[in-house]
Amino acid sequence: MKLKINGEWVDDLPDALSVSALLTHLQLPVKKIAVERNLKIVPKSTFDTATLAEGDQLEIIHFIGGG
Amino acid sequence: MTPEQISRYARHLVLKEIGGPGQAKLLAANIAIIGAGGLGGPAGLYLAAAGVGKITIIDDDAVDITNLQRQIQFVQTDIGALKTEAMGGALVDLNPDITVRREQMRLTDDNAADLLRGHDLILDGTDSFQTRFIVNDASLYLGIPLISGALGRFDGQISVFSGNGADGPCYRCLVPSIPPDAQTCAQVGVVGALAGIIGAQMALEAVKMITGAGAPLIGKLYLFDGLAATARTVTLPKDPACPACGAK
Repeated sequence: MKLKINGEWVDDLPDALSVSALLTHLQLPVKKIAVERNLKIVPKSTFDTATLAEGDQLEIIHFIGGG
Repeated sequence: MTPEQISRYARHLVLKEIGGPGQAKLLAANIAIIGAGGLGGPAGLYLAAAGVGKITIIDDDAVDITNLQRQIQFVQTDIGALKTEAMGGALVDLNPDITVRREQMRLTDDNAADLLRGHDLILDGTDSFQTRFIVNDASLYLGIPLISGALGRFDGQISVFSGNGADGPCYRCLVPSIPPDAQTCAQVGVVGALAGIIGAQMALEAVKMITGAGAPLIGKLYLFDGLAATARTVTLPKDPACPACGAK
């Protein structure tokens, strides 16, 4: 499966990947980020069940808390 | 409105989205600003200039020289002064129409509801996820809309939460748990002008919420990338399992 992640196409990902599995694959820290899929934030409680589809466009958003 | 007010707010009065009725709402509004820092400062200056009648500033800190790179509500001679006093003075100097309540303390679980009760709107520009969670809880408990802004390095994020857990997300639908090893502006840096952009945008969202102009960022997250000079607005849905507003 092919996904666009932070503006770059990534090929050869396993099909029917969940958001959690993708984050594990990319070694990203779940607690520090939000995942945006096709311009919509994926609720964190659904990361295990949200299944990604060919051509999805994802952005990894790092939480910031400064003010 | 007095003749002086008609002159002062002339550029608002000609806007069909604000006009006389909108300006009257601004003059009657009561807004709490938590954190008199990089976001609270510019947001407060613009809200004072806009004639928001009552502004509460909540902060427990004093002005430090490291603040002056971005916290444009302060001047050199404010160093060492209480932030609530120095910023309160700056807002009243800018617009004598308004009254400023100064709350020289840190917002905690114990005092949040009492401090924030009675406000029409809460602006959160604090530098701590823990405080952001407390503010979010108070917003939901009191049913007061929350405008939340955040800065880091060259990036800014802003969203508006309705305060009503039933229709739309809350802050913790986005950030359910405190990110480990969260880094502050002191650690990772922040470009000064970014504070102005995001702080002023918080003020703009506040003006929209009070006057009913346009579409506020409710259920949306605005992401600004200062290095690329790009921004995008994404949909932020409610998380049904949100620890703060989800079904218990």
